[in-house]
Amino acid sequence: MNGIRKYLGLILAIFVVLAMAAWPMIDGKDITREVVFTMLLSVALASSLNILLGYTGYVSFGHVVFFGLGGYVGFYLMAVQDWSLWSAMVAGGLASAVLAFLLGKAILRLRGGYFALATIGINEAVRAFINNFDLFGGPVGMSLNFQVYQNYGGGAREALWMSFYVLIALTLLTVTVSYFVRSSKFGLGLLAIREDEDAAEVMGVIAPNAKTWAYVLSAVFPGILGVLFFFKNGNIEPAPAFRLHLSIEMIVMVMLGGQGTVLGPILGGAGYQRLRGFLLTNPLFKNIQLAVAGVLLLVIVLFVPAGVVGWVRQRFPKLRRILQ
Amino acid sequence: MDFLLASIVDGLLLGFVYGIAAMGLTLIWGVMNVINLAHGPIIALGMFGVYLIFTGLGLNPYIGIVLVAVLGLLLGMLIYYVAVHRVINAPHLSTLLATFSINMIIIGLGTAVFSASPRNIDFSLGSMTLGPITLLGSRVVAAIASMLITGGLYAFLYKTRQGRYIRAVANNRDAAELMGVPSTKILALSFGLGTMLAAVAGALIATFFPFTILAGGVYELKSFVIGVLGGLGNPVGALFGGLILGVLEGIIPTFMPTTWVPVLEFVLFVLILLVRPQGIFGAKK
Repeated sequence: MNGIRKYLGLILAIFVVLAMAAWPMIDGKDITREVVFTMLLSVALASSLNILLGYTGYVSFGHVVFFGLGGYVGFYLMAVQDWSLWSAMVAGGLASAVLAFLLGKAILRLRGGYFALATIGINEAVRAFINNFDLFGGPVGMSLNFQVYQNYGGGAREALWMSFYVLIALTLLTVTVSYFVRSSKFGLGLLAIREDEDAAEVMGVIAPNAKTWAYVLSAVFPGILGVLFFFKNGNIEPAPAFRLHLSIEMIVMVMLGGQGTVLGPILGGAGYQRLRGFLLTNPLFKNIQLAVAGVLLLVIVLFVPAGVVGWVRQRFPKLRRILQ
Repeated sequence: MDFLLASIVDGLLLGFVYGIAAMGLTLIWGVMNVINLAHGPIIALGMFGVYLIFTGLGLNPYIGIVLVAVLGLLLGMLIYYVAVHRVINAPHLSTLLATFSINMIIIGLGTAVFSASPRNIDFSLGSMTLGPITLLGSRVVAAIASMLITGGLYAFLYKTRQGRYIRAVANNRDAAELMGVPSTKILALSFGLGTMLAAVAGALIATFFPFTILAGGVYELKSFVIGVLGGLGNPVGALFGGLILGVLEGIIPTFMPTTWVPVLEFVLFVLILLVRPQGIFGAKK
């Protein structure tokens, strides 16, 4: 009993993810699967970003660079070198991790706004570079031969379902890692850095290393997810791969749900995509969906800065054990 | 060689306008440590402002710019009171997201009203030729206007009471408040001035380049680069940063493909942030 209690936060988080994942499996429709695919992708991206943004307190505005770079490396290996999706995902994740490790040592010295600006600059630099990089197809990008999908269950539709199952597994993995980071000693060090970096160093947290590993951890999963996303997409181009807007959407999801909590990015990612889907299809808001989303974001930033989960935790302290 | 000279002159003239845009960003950063992510859409609003005044009211675009400046100032103060004031002391994430939400609102409404199709202002000041160099009238006027605006901003910051208040608040807000400076009003005024500069830069750009409602994004990124180049919070540094960027954009395409320009720009940007975050012209902390 005590063992279960200790992991209630994790169990709840996994349960929420599984509940979302079960929806298309029950009704078997392709359209539901696509909707939930976007939601789970957002959940996984937001949860990874949360390790850096929520736990460590560093605002990465260019986090999409890891999604795009991982996607590009994996896609190149699949499309040109005939690698399988599995090894390409490993390679994409590794590529992002290596970039984060190298960058981390340098830019994590910057604090606050300077760090945010540097991450934007890096994303733009990488995008502009890929645009000129002929090996990756330059501005045209690359596309997968349709035949490739036959290796993954027989046809395109089977391959889409398979991508969906892989995404469920990756999302669960991301959420679990996020949970264990938060409850570990390493995570406590990160939280200390968030509150006061200088004080944390005095208390024995080796901040530069801890920050770098947090950055690497938060970059690995976007890299892997990028490979899966562009595999399912069938082609990759610089503009959609390094879309700065996606980076900011990821931050919005984390904020919406509650930064620094495990459950927050899950609810935030899923909720944001549901809301966006609603606004896009609603005849009244269709044309001004971006403006409506902007107003909502402003209201959250001004009045509920802790996000949904953070707000509930403040109001109902007894729920804190469950809502982690 | 002639071609290089022409590129440099072209780049310099454009650089003045970049400088004005960056000055708006850097002024806001310097006074209140806020990175204004609504900078790009405000530049685009400046473009559309002068466009609407020109096509709708038939006024000379250069008179339109004065109107755009006034509207920009008011819009900026409104944005400050609505979105920024409540989170001015919160962590950076809050102000970044608050200004980004303004970005989303402007872009969302803007695309609904103007669609994303390109516009241009059909107004020419002709050109003149000096040896190998062809000077476009609209660019020369834009450069002169930019110099006048910089001079005006300095006169305002150093010769008027309000300007002195702004510098005091930028220096130390708490101390300025203790001396009786109405800091909220001054912050709103500074934000207004910053957006005014952005809107005017947009209006000047609109006199020689075609634009869409999304066009501001490019200049926002350029403003970041320039602001960091010249030292965030340093308006004159921004003007020099703009000139440097303009010249780079003129020179680089003469020896490598134009598409490499943004790669070099952003690599330079990140390097400066790492090595000299106070900018090339900033004082050592």
